[in-house]
Amino acid sequence: MLSKSKIFFKGIVAVLPHMLSVIPFGIITGAIGVELGFDPILVYATSLIIFGGASQIIFMQLLSGGASSLVAITSVGVINSRHLLYGAVLSEYLEKLSFIKKLIISYFIVDQGFAESNRYLRQNKNLSNPHYYVLGTGVTLWFCWQLSTISGIILGSFIPEELGLKFAIPLTFLAIIVNDLRKLDHVFVMLVSGFASLMLFDAPFKSYIILSPIVALIAAFIMLRLKK
Amino acid sequence: MTWLSIIISGIVTYFSRMAMVALIDREMLGTKVKEVLNYVPAAVFPAIIFPGVFFNDFGLFVEITDPKIYGAIVALVIGFYSRSVIATIVSGLLSYWFIIFFLLR
Repeated sequence: MLSKSKIFFKGIVAVLPHMLSVIPFGIITGAIGVELGFDPILVYATSLIIFGGASQIIFMQLLSGGASSLVAITSVGVINSRHLLYGAVLSEYLEKLSFIKKLIISYFIVDQGFAESNRYLRQNKNLSNPHYYVLGTGVTLWFCWQLSTISGIILGSFIPEELGLKFAIPLTFLAIIVNDLRKLDHVFVMLVSGFASLMLFDAPFKSYIILSPIVALIAAFIMLRLKK
Repeated sequence: MTWLSIIISGIVTYFSRMAMVALIDREMLGTKVKEVLNYVPAAVFPAIIFPGVFFNDFGLFVEITDPKIYGAIVALVIGFYSRSVIATIVSGLLSYWFIIFFLLR
């Protein structure tokens, strides 16, 4: 049986490759905040309090562009509502925890950590302390996110823009799902989501980020019904 | 005012992370819902990937010759056969850089 620290360590290792995109993205987020004219402390506060890359950038861009607080907050809420889906999936592995532990671990639920935890825990269903894996991924991503936004705030965008490192973001997420391309039902759901996102891209408050998954999950539901 | 907005945004975001983990009892979700939840990664991540590849910074469709498309195809093929996260990301970036720094110069 794996000890708690071993499981935690496995979680850390699982998300390390994603640092290729997380760290540049963090630096860019910090640098953009300062460029937009926000106080450095305030920019960092978004990393600590909101802790969600894309939503932090949108939040600061909206406010600096003169949008109302309500619009900025709504956008953050809409973009981050995808965590509800992550929570619903991960709750299977976290349900035995005490309420307090659930409250703490929730703060560390992030895209890449969710994806890697989901992948590993699904194959290791009778692991005794699965939450240590989730924590290992989440804490690692948290530290790297904090450090990289801080360096972006202090040093500015020291990564040359010509490198186009923004492209690493779709690549990280591609790496997460590429293995599921072996399953036709998953491919179908991916295509529905992808095409929905292209069509809904201009929907208000960046809502394509949650609307496309909803459309895709409805498609999955219908597909499962038809299969039976 | 900005501080207040950050704090409210933080609370909203934290709620989205915590609600399904701490407030919802799994018994409440039916078997059908649980089955559909298997597809969450397949449903969420393409909505980030597709716009990232097919749209430019201004939210317009890129041309069919855009380096991002070829980088993504290379990453897809390499990732599919290698099953490695790092190989997927690195191959995508390297092929993308190869196109923009060598082929397009």
